[in-house]
Amino acid sequence: MSSRRPRSWQSSSASRITDEQINDLVSKLQAVLPEARIRRSDRVSAAKVLQETCNYIRSLHREVDDLSERLSELLASTESSSAQAAVIRSLLM
Amino acid sequence: MDSKGSACSNPNPNPTFGPSKLMLAFRFLRALSIVHRTTPASSPTCRGRRIERAAYASMAYSAGTSRAWSRAVLRRLHHRARRRAVAPRRLSTTAGNRAEALRRLVPGGAGMDYCTLLEETADYTKCLSMQVELMQGIVDSASSNGR
Repeated sequence: MSSRRPRSWQSSSASRITDEQINDLVSKLQAVLPEARIRRSDRVSAAKVLQETCNYIRSLHREVDDLSERLSELLASTESSSAQAAVIRSLLM
Repeated sequence: MDSKGSACSNPNPNPTFGPSKLMLAFRFLRALSIVHRTTPASSPTCRGRRIERAAYASMAYSAGTSRAWSRAVLRRLHHRARRRAVAPRRLSTTAGNRAEALRRLVPGGAGMDYCTLLEETADYTKCLSMQVELMQGIVDSASSNGR
């Protein structure tokens, strides 16, 4: 295992951060990504993990936006009692 | 484990990412019912935006104040920013600087050291995905049953 520390990954005021600590955190991040985006068993570069994470977060932001719109429409169109029932059902899923 | 690198000191030695699903659901559904009751039917856009704010607020409250990202989200929401609470501006990312792109996407990311950024990102991403799953579940449930 090389002891090379790429400077671009360190903040200027940091005390010494080991590669191992960073690799550990990056793999924990990789574990949070869905399998469709990045296979957890694969050993990928940190840059790839960060790239995929950025893409994933952006898509999640868009989904929250879109789902908020749809929920807004649903609240408007359904009877409040059936909406509540649906909501409780989804809690029990 | 050697904790010489103070930049990576972690008060929680075994971080689990994300709150419990039930807690997340509870807060969001409560917020949703408040929005439903208090938003006039004549302003659907306003309601959509309020629901979106409720989503980020309940996410942040569920995560608690021990996370830098949740504190940043709550600060932004309380200051009632004119642009949408947490949605980032679409800035182009330079090819080489993934960490910078991440800092713009994760609330509070700008002030974090690299190690903290990685951990906060993992937690934020987990919470965000749980929130989306929750909202999708409600939409699916309501769409198929609520007429």
